[in-house]
Amino acid sequence: MTPVRTLATAGRVLLQIRNDPRTIALLLIVPSLLIGLVAWIFDETKVFATIGPAMLALFPFIVMFLVTSISTLRERRSGTLERLLSMPLGRGDFILGYTLAFGILAVVQTAVAVAYATLVCGLEIEGSIWMLFIVAIADALLGTSLGLLASAFARTEFQVVQFMPALVFPQILLGGIFLPRDQLPEVLETIGDWLPLSHAIDALTAVASGDEDSSYIWLRILFIGWWILGAIVIGSLTLRRRTQ
Amino acid sequence: MVIDCLNLTVPGGAIVGLLGPSGSGKTTLMRAVVGVQVLAGGSVNVFGQSAGSASLRHRVGYMTQQASIYEDLSVRQNLRYFARVQGAPRSDVERVIDRADLSGQADRLARTLSGGQASRVSLAAAMLGSPDLLVLDEPTVGLDPVLRGDLWAIFRRLAEDGTTLLVSSHVMDEATRCDRLLLMREGDLIADTTPEQLLSTTGADTAEDAFLRIIETHDSGSGASLIGRRDRGARRSRRLSPTHLLTVGKSRAERKRGPQ
Repeated sequence: MTPVRTLATAGRVLLQIRNDPRTIALLLIVPSLLIGLVAWIFDETKVFATIGPAMLALFPFIVMFLVTSISTLRERRSGTLERLLSMPLGRGDFILGYTLAFGILAVVQTAVAVAYATLVCGLEIEGSIWMLFIVAIADALLGTSLGLLASAFARTEFQVVQFMPALVFPQILLGGIFLPRDQLPEVLETIGDWLPLSHAIDALTAVASGDEDSSYIWLRILFIGWWILGAIVIGSLTLRRRTQ
Repeated sequence: MVIDCLNLTVPGGAIVGLLGPSGSGKTTLMRAVVGVQVLAGGSVNVFGQSAGSASLRHRVGYMTQQASIYEDLSVRQNLRYFARVQGAPRSDVERVIDRADLSGQADRLARTLSGGQASRVSLAAAMLGSPDLLVLDEPTVGLDPVLRGDLWAIFRRLAEDGTTLLVSSHVMDEATRCDRLLLMREGDLIADTTPEQLLSTTGADTAEDAFLRIIETHDSGSGASLIGRRDRGARRSRRLSPTHLLTVGKSRAERKRGPQ
């Protein structure tokens, strides 16, 4: 693994996205539109103040999951991954390159979504805005690492898209957006407590309300970090130089 | 796939053709040479080193059967990325663009290229860093005769510069363009010869006919195999000294155990 090759890979991934203006527009505008829609639905109530931060946690995660799983599947299927692995590219270069590129993308996406949520929709962020970005990046990296893992188990684009409901929806349902986790049936509450997205939602809610100290938030980021690490380790095992 | 033993010594700058019908194991052998194939047993050595070892990744260029380039990048952007991965100097990008006759398409998105252009980009990417061995998996498949001729002209130029090429094809007529021939069938290597020798020993007029005759003798088990006569081919005069290119075979222990 070398920094040159990792950076080259990150740069190449960003260049691919840059060559596709429609994808950029969708990446940046859609989260804001959906946040605006939720704010509008709950116009006369206080609901948006509670679920608004959670929505900020969802977008980087879902979008990066989809983008990563599809682009790595494309690499596997188009033969570019095989070419790269026959070259002096480390598996770590490949994974970190993707992680870096999508991490940067997540920062920009979150910046737009946060600006829209606070300035236009009136969402109040009491805590540190930096903390909010750190959680969003962790969230995006979680999506990237799980997407990388999902792509290893999919043979076609159809399959990889089906992994989204399979891996992402349960996390949304059990994450405490629909019903606070402590009101869920005990088994579901326990499962929800172990899922990484729950912690991202908790952390962003805490940042928005400003109720918890930073150690509470860091603990959650650390928990997400372990999930990212686990997914990357398993994901890198699926990137084999030698295949059948 | 079962190859008992293949020892290939060719001069630097030779074009070795790997010919056989689809599904005969050409791709598997090439992937083994590049080091991306899981081997069921035995070993593959290239330039005396285990195939796929880290140092060989700088010396062996690989062009897969598909174009294997990023459709949403331009030709130049593709090659710049692969050059950085290969550790080739930036100037190498312009050299391979020129070599692969892509100057007119350098800034076009790969998605908009024709099949022949895309495979030349793929070839250009494999040429980055001037590898000693280029492994090209069916580079001419699906191309019209004119484009095929253009591509073979590029191969010949590369060979004249000292690069050794291992080119697979299922079009038998392409055999005559090679310096050395390996014929495969059903996962087995059935002949190791030269184009001239192929025609003279079989008495056939075309490479296609010759191949059919070899299959006949091979299947009837009359033992008139062309394997073993390769040394005569290898001794043909070349301006570059021969290098030991390739060893494919089972380990001694596996050979003792006999065929599986």
